[in-house]
Amino acid sequence: MSDALITGIVVFVLATYLGAELIGRVPPTLHTPLMSGANAISGITVVGALLVAAAGLGWISTVLGFLAVVCAMMNVVGGYAVTDRMLQMFKKEEKK
Amino acid sequence: MIPASLERLLYLVSAALFIVGLKRLQSPATARQGNAISGLGMLIAIVVTVLGLEILSPAVLGAGLLVGSAVGWWMARSVQMTSMPQMVALLNGFGGAASLLVGGAEFLKSELRGETIPVDTGITIQLSLLIGAVTLTGSLIAWAKLQEVMTGKPITYPGQKLLNALLFLAVIVLSAYQIMTPEAHLWPFYAVCGISLLLGVLLVIPIGGADMPVVISLLNSYSGIAGAMTGFVIQNDVLIISGALVGSSGIILSQIMCKAMNRSLANVLFGAFGGGTATGTKKSAAGLTVKSVTVEDAAIQLAYAQQVIIVPGYGMAVAQAQHAVRELADLIEKKGGTVRYAIHAVAGRMPGHMNVLLAEANVPYDKMFAMEDINSDFDNCDVAVVIGANDVVNPAARTDPSSPIFGMPILDVDRAKSCIVLKRSMGAGFAGIENELFYAPRTSMLFGDAKQSITKLVSEVKQL
Repeated sequence: MSDALITGIVVFVLATYLGAELIGRVPPTLHTPLMSGANAISGITVVGALLVAAAGLGWISTVLGFLAVVCAMMNVVGGYAVTDRMLQMFKKEEKK
Repeated sequence: MIPASLERLLYLVSAALFIVGLKRLQSPATARQGNAISGLGMLIAIVVTVLGLEILSPAVLGAGLLVGSAVGWWMARSVQMTSMPQMVALLNGFGGAASLLVGGAEFLKSELRGETIPVDTGITIQLSLLIGAVTLTGSLIAWAKLQEVMTGKPITYPGQKLLNALLFLAVIVLSAYQIMTPEAHLWPFYAVCGISLLLGVLLVIPIGGADMPVVISLLNSYSGIAGAMTGFVIQNDVLIISGALVGSSGIILSQIMCKAMNRSLANVLFGAFGGGTATGTKKSAAGLTVKSVTVEDAAIQLAYAQQVIIVPGYGMAVAQAQHAVRELADLIEKKGGTVRYAIHAVAGRMPGHMNVLLAEANVPYDKMFAMEDINSDFDNCDVAVVIGANDVVNPAARTDPSSPIFGMPILDVDRAKSCIVLKRSMGAGFAGIENELFYAPRTSMLFGDAKQSITKLVSEVKQL
């Protein structure tokens, strides 16, 4: 196994535990926006998609790259926008 | 063009911003800001990537970014809050598709160049194909079940699990063959993609519509893990970190929901729950009478109640009754009562769905309570109002060991001094189980469309 893979595994395992710590403390009230927000984060695949789309290695690669960018961006923009739309509705009781 | 080391550091910044963003999600007061911070992290990652590229096809790149953003934006703006579970299912699917495509393109790139793919990269490519494909088609099936484009009932047939296991085994064998044989063969690659896409469909069809929330959470997790695998393929830390964060988020949410239903994840995924004909409890309907209540009487009860707890379920969402509910609560409070909302972890069709719908109707979030925080208060509650909820308030979960939901933690509405159940008819719940709450002496039923009933209640209470 290459060093890069080992480092990657270390980062993956640590981030998984960090994620568990962070998510475990999100109140149930916010679980829906949490899901859509986390979803938007998983759109980070767009980084890989951009690399593929830009590489210009024949049409198959380019078409796949283009589709990957589209899917990932729908995930990113759709995820963040809909999360924001939900979160702006959550208000505390106004003191009369 | 930016130096590679700076690029890596900027990716780290965006990973850190994701973490800060998730941290802010721990309170509704800071959550919106947290989401914006997370979005900033994403923007940084995208800009850094674009700047670092040797762009050979700028038109493709630009068009992809633009089309994806526009469609995503349009979806986010136009989706109804009621349809949020479908929206999240679709987003999961897109995430899976992106991982599948990137994995596929990386593989084809090396094959076309005639390069040998190192074993470790080979493994991560195969994993991102498998997980990406299962996430894509699994999510589409979940979407179809939630949207009721296809039946919400579990689809089962003999040898189902065996077939799935064999297909899974086939993927593993083909992947291994692909990784071990450096000379270019494309057919195992296509076979892996095809079988994985099929597996996504076959794994989700035997799961009932009522269990879709768990499936969506789990697929959310998969979309994260698929992203992390893509991160291994292209050796990028920010993908690995964010993929892991999302991966654990989905797993934790699935666990929370399984616990709320007192079932194991394995039971949800492979149990085909809700498939049989209504397995009524032994002492079902026969010999028991239901007491129905007029709108006028219900209004009187509510108007003079001190403590009111509203229990919303999916029926409230279907009837779009949340705004009328809020209006009713305002009136009760004006008359001196206190109104709170008790929300079961599996009420609605995704975790926290009811909260979003209530927030949409301007219900303040400090009035929404999770089961653990409000269950002991039902003893002092004058009127509990159950709106379109069924299984989550079924006392059989406490008392009847023969009930399929026995042992599931429920909201103890039957302990309230009086309980009004708003229901369309006497049909059984999503899980197809008879509910003895409806026959309890303290319970009165208010039949009809939830929205209409509540609107009528509002005008009655106004006159009192």
